[in-house]
Amino acid sequence: MGAMISLIAVLVIILAALVGSMAGLQYVFGVILPYTGFTILLVGFVFRVLDWAKSPVPFRIPTTAGQEFSLPWIKQAKLDNPSTTMGVLGRMAFEILAFRSLFRNTKAELRSGNLIYGPAKWLWLFALAFHWAFFIIAVRHLRLFMVPVPGFVEWLDKLDSIMQIGTPPLYITDVLLIAGVTFLLLRRLMSPRIRYISLPADYFPLFLILAIATTGILMRFFIRTDIVGVKEILVGLATFHPVMPDGIGPIFFIHATLVSVLMAYFPFSKLMHLGGVFLSPTRNMANNNRMVRHVNPWNYPVKIHTYDEYEDEFRDLMKGAGIPVERE
Amino acid sequence: MAKDLIPQEMLRIDYNPPKTGWMDTPVKIKPGIYCHPAKPEKIADVGMPNPHHWNPLDEDWNLPENWQQIFFDGMRERLDKHRSFKIFMDICVRCGACADKCHFFLGSGDPKNMPVVRAELLRSIYRKEFTTAGKILGRLAGGRELTASVIKELWYYFFQCTECRRCSLFCPYGIDTAEVTIIGRELLNLLGLNINWIQEPVSNCYHIGNHLGLKPHTFKENIEFLCDDIETYVGIRINPTFNRKGAEILFVTPSGDVFADPGIYTLMGYLMIFEHIGLDYTWSTYASESGNFGFFTSFEMAKRLNAKIYAEAKRLGVKWILGGECGHMWRVIHQYMDTFNGPADFLEEPVSPITGTRFENAKSTKMVHITEFTADLIKNNKLKLDKNRNNHLKVTFHDSCNPSRAMGILEEPRYVIKNVCNYFYDMPDTTIREQTFCCGSGAGLNASENMEIRLRGGLPRANAVKYVHEKHGVNTLACICAIDRAVLPASMEYWVPGVKVAGVSELVANALIMEGEGDRTMNLRGEEIPKGEEGSDV
Repeated sequence: MGAMISLIAVLVIILAALVGSMAGLQYVFGVILPYTGFTILLVGFVFRVLDWAKSPVPFRIPTTAGQEFSLPWIKQAKLDNPSTTMGVLGRMAFEILAFRSLFRNTKAELRSGNLIYGPAKWLWLFALAFHWAFFIIAVRHLRLFMVPVPGFVEWLDKLDSIMQIGTPPLYITDVLLIAGVTFLLLRRLMSPRIRYISLPADYFPLFLILAIATTGILMRFFIRTDIVGVKEILVGLATFHPVMPDGIGPIFFIHATLVSVLMAYFPFSKLMHLGGVFLSPTRNMANNNRMVRHVNPWNYPVKIHTYDEYEDEFRDLMKGAGIPVERE
Repeated sequence: MAKDLIPQEMLRIDYNPPKTGWMDTPVKIKPGIYCHPAKPEKIADVGMPNPHHWNPLDEDWNLPENWQQIFFDGMRERLDKHRSFKIFMDICVRCGACADKCHFFLGSGDPKNMPVVRAELLRSIYRKEFTTAGKILGRLAGGRELTASVIKELWYYFFQCTECRRCSLFCPYGIDTAEVTIIGRELLNLLGLNINWIQEPVSNCYHIGNHLGLKPHTFKENIEFLCDDIETYVGIRINPTFNRKGAEILFVTPSGDVFADPGIYTLMGYLMIFEHIGLDYTWSTYASESGNFGFFTSFEMAKRLNAKIYAEAKRLGVKWILGGECGHMWRVIHQYMDTFNGPADFLEEPVSPITGTRFENAKSTKMVHITEFTADLIKNNKLKLDKNRNNHLKVTFHDSCNPSRAMGILEEPRYVIKNVCNYFYDMPDTTIREQTFCCGSGAGLNASENMEIRLRGGLPRANAVKYVHEKHGVNTLACICAIDRAVLPASMEYWVPGVKVAGVSELVANALIMEGEGDRTMNLRGEEIPKGEEGSDV
């Protein structure tokens, strides 16, 4: 159900861009929408992060995933249970660049009354491929927005198309992205457990990204577009001098519209895990809890049962039992 | 209850969720899964809100008139006060990595026990009430109305979470369902919905000093009874002090160890170790509880109960504090105590008076874990040990959730055990250390009326024990948590008969050669120590 609604939503977007651009609204789909999407992404992202940052972290609550810093002869797990800022940086780097926690994933099975745990690395592998491919593709696109094209972008482009198959060369990241999204989507559709926990908000971005990747590949290999014209539009967008040359095919507008929708959708959705992962208190804090005092900004005094009250209640019993008291 | 539950039937677990979505399946509250509600007077006498009579099986829970407003206001307040809560409400991608990590899910197959769904129960309310998309799109954005039925569902499932954090370990964003449960329980507490197994200990601890409500003279007498037992089995008279000013160290431990079998043997262990090294320490009848059931009601209550430990250390003028073997007690001490009730600037940085070791890792809280302390004693050859006395024990170690995943104390207990026992076998890697499984009854769920879910939740732990029991003949499950000692015996008896539960300090004490001791033919449980295996190790 959630998958169906999401698929229909993405098809509607595609249809709108197709019809709109053919009806002469190229400027709307090629300029106004991308600007709007980008603005929402930028403002929304910053707003969300600031909103999170506004809430304090009252307690130091790292999840410790290895041996703590303790006696000098006991080897500490410096990355999984860091006690210093450097260690935390290392832990975060592993988490964000290599999906460390997901790498740990296991799969539980009940076999003749016994629980068996096996490794489960597929999710980690495809998620990692998907995210890295997405990132590299985004950076690669800079060559369409910039004149001259920066060296590192050209270099990345060459590296990505190193397995040259046909002309234009096939990008490795294109394959990885499609493979990654397909895996994530099939997993949601096929695994009863994952389907059970999936909401429309889980399918929608997958269909959207799949559509973006597909239209991008179509444009490059099958429905060729005037690439010079496209670059003209994109450089125009980047330099705030929007232009709209004639003869750009609808496929470009569909691609651009899908990307714009993704950008606008981003800050309001679970995609914000991109920002949130940096702020997660269980991962980004050092486990030096007993070494360094952590201050709670909203700490307030509470009513406690004092020793004096306690002794007043139990003085006779204490004296009878030979327990020392403050006042006879 | 446990007698009616047949293991073979309990093991018929279906991990495939039903066809209908969880939002469309109203909660069905089943006996054996939940604990009795908190008695109103136990809520009232610690000044917590909305005490009232109610029954989980009744249609009407007698909620206060403006209960929705109370809940929403409470939620808003906590979103503003806890970044963790806000972020964990926002960034879950429902990847499902946590789904089969929860012992309650593995033991019951109930899909709402998947950590992701447990948190979604509350997240759906958050979306509907606090996000623009949810306000406009409702169901389509994953939002749902907060109805009385939803409150029941929240209560049912937040009191089916032991806050063990195993799911948090596997989450790519570190989403900690324990944190969601803690705050979810706070919200339910605003409506007067807690369980008596938590609330009564809280009330007892607040007014009398410990969960069990042992008054000062009883507390002292109980420990003296244990000294009698030590005299019987070891031949040495130990005379501990209580509320003694000027002692160097204050020792605090969960009151479960003072009272219940097999925790008492661990407590006898503490007494013997301290006597052996001549430690200048004292017990306190006022701070006679370090386990903190307040933590299972609200952060505020946890702080109120925790305050006693520092207050007592200050009054007695000790240098620093030593803490016994306990799980969530150490979570509170390690992650919250200094923040709640510090700075402990009236104390000194802890230094072992026996070895001179400076406990750098405790220099701010000034509170040292007994297992760290003992490991250091052994490393410095300060304990005279005959590990052959434990030769009849084939030992495995249960990493209690809180010390492992909220602290990282993994090596110390293993080091200690290996030095006092010849036969030690770890359970499979995926079930120990940071990946350890919960006993199934932590976070205040160790009542008897919820035995079915306790045994189900205990299955993953028990199953791993069964593995080493069958492979190596393991007959002793060591642990460093008083709740473990209280609940694992039932779980073992049910799933792995033949395995006993022991605290690490008990094992140490059994191997301890004390000056002037008699002929040690009995261990601390009054069981005969088998003779004639290998020579003495000393």
